[in-house]
Amino acid sequence: MADLHDANPAHEQGSVYDGLLDPGTVDGHWAFGTSFEDPLAGVDTTVPEGVDAGELASYCLMLGDDALVLSQRLTEWCSNAPDLEEDIAVANIALDLLGQARLLLARAAAADESVVPALPDGSPVPPEDALAYFRDEPAFRNVRLVEAPNGDFALTITRLFLFACWRLALLGRLATSSDQVLAAVAAKGVKEVTYHRDYAARWLVTLAQGTEESRRRTEAALATVWPAVGELFATHDVEERMAAAGVGVDPASVHEEVDEVVDHVFATAGIERPGVPAMSGVRGRAGRDGLHTEALGHLLAEMQSVARAHPMGVW
Amino acid sequence: MTSTTTTSEELAREVAARVTDPEMPMLTLADLGVLRDVRVEDDAEGDRVTVWITPTYSGCPAMATMRDDLVHDLRQAGFADVVVRVRLQPAWSSDWVSERGRQALAVHGLSAPGPVPRHEGPVPLSLLPTRRAVTCPRCGSADGELTSEFGPTACTALYRCTACLEPYLHMKEI
Repeated sequence: MADLHDANPAHEQGSVYDGLLDPGTVDGHWAFGTSFEDPLAGVDTTVPEGVDAGELASYCLMLGDDALVLSQRLTEWCSNAPDLEEDIAVANIALDLLGQARLLLARAAAADESVVPALPDGSPVPPEDALAYFRDEPAFRNVRLVEAPNGDFALTITRLFLFACWRLALLGRLATSSDQVLAAVAAKGVKEVTYHRDYAARWLVTLAQGTEESRRRTEAALATVWPAVGELFATHDVEERMAAAGVGVDPASVHEEVDEVVDHVFATAGIERPGVPAMSGVRGRAGRDGLHTEALGHLLAEMQSVARAHPMGVW
Repeated sequence: MTSTTTTSEELAREVAARVTDPEMPMLTLADLGVLRDVRVEDDAEGDRVTVWITPTYSGCPAMATMRDDLVHDLRQAGFADVVVRVRLQPAWSSDWVSERGRQALAVHGLSAPGPVPRHEGPVPLSLLPTRRAVTCPRCGSADGELTSEFGPTACTALYRCTACLEPYLHMKEI
């Protein structure tokens, strides 16, 4: 019993866990003190001259929500992927996208704080978390491609491939944005999404050229995902104005560049573009306008419920 | 606010340069290239240290810990007022890992990153496993096969030596 007694933190000799309770010690920082801080601390977030701050914030939410929602979907593979390596790979990609989302949502809040949902006085929730966890579905500006359920591994890979091709082309052009924060986030993102695209393209070829079953699943996945691809290149009013201002990228302008890569990979994989019609919007409204499929509501309910239950919570 | 004596800034630089990476403690933040600048200014309240760091990856979960470690160690060294700022541009590159950092990686069983490939125009797609000059940290063989481009940390890929069969981590070019 003496050993048990010695393990009691109240005992004068203390225990191995004491370090966790004292933020002043070297070991303490692993448990405390790693609180969320402004990811843009010290970064100049001045809105470029002549640019509408509200529209810049909306634009950042679009790019940020694309990354956030797909990150959340990919995270669902944790401990469920076909093998350990893919589990870790998909989690790594999700983490990169989450990091991009955090910076973009923080940039949206810094440009126009009126986009951030109101929280109770004294809430410690930082603006980018308030945007991620306390906005309702119609305030999310992501394209509908990213919100659809994961399906099987073939569908996850097919969606990730199309998304990464598109995002890499967008970020490549965004790296010369007149908004310094967007330019920096994009330049960093290019390096990361290059790995994501290579990963998904290799798997797409492997699955299409693999067994009869893997090919059947890949073709079925492509037919399921394809209707949401057209929306990626449909220019929203905000995107058009931000592109004209030298801040954003008109997605229609990357269509050709994306098609070249997609066609090359499809040819290598021996698969064809499916002849399925594009998913329609409602009276011209789609994901960028906050009009989503049923899937997003379920995703947000899971992602947001804990944070919403504790608006004063410190994590 | 005036510029302060060099000795105070030199001390702050030395202390900041000794802080190690929380996930790869064989590397200092300076070796990793994350530590970009350290400045000391004195105002009415005393010396203020400002440290600039650049994240390795957008979602690097170690950033908050790096900040805390910098503040902690600089305070221990007698600087009461420490501010850590983020510098996003230029983006971190594995080319910034110092020679000493590369040696430390090898000693601890990690393969150091090669030079980052350059390209003009759109980023080229790579359908075959990335060709890299790797060295097995255990037996020194250059014959390794890529297990996965994504390892246990954002900045590493998984390799397996085909000579001695030992698995090892390679710090990715980015």
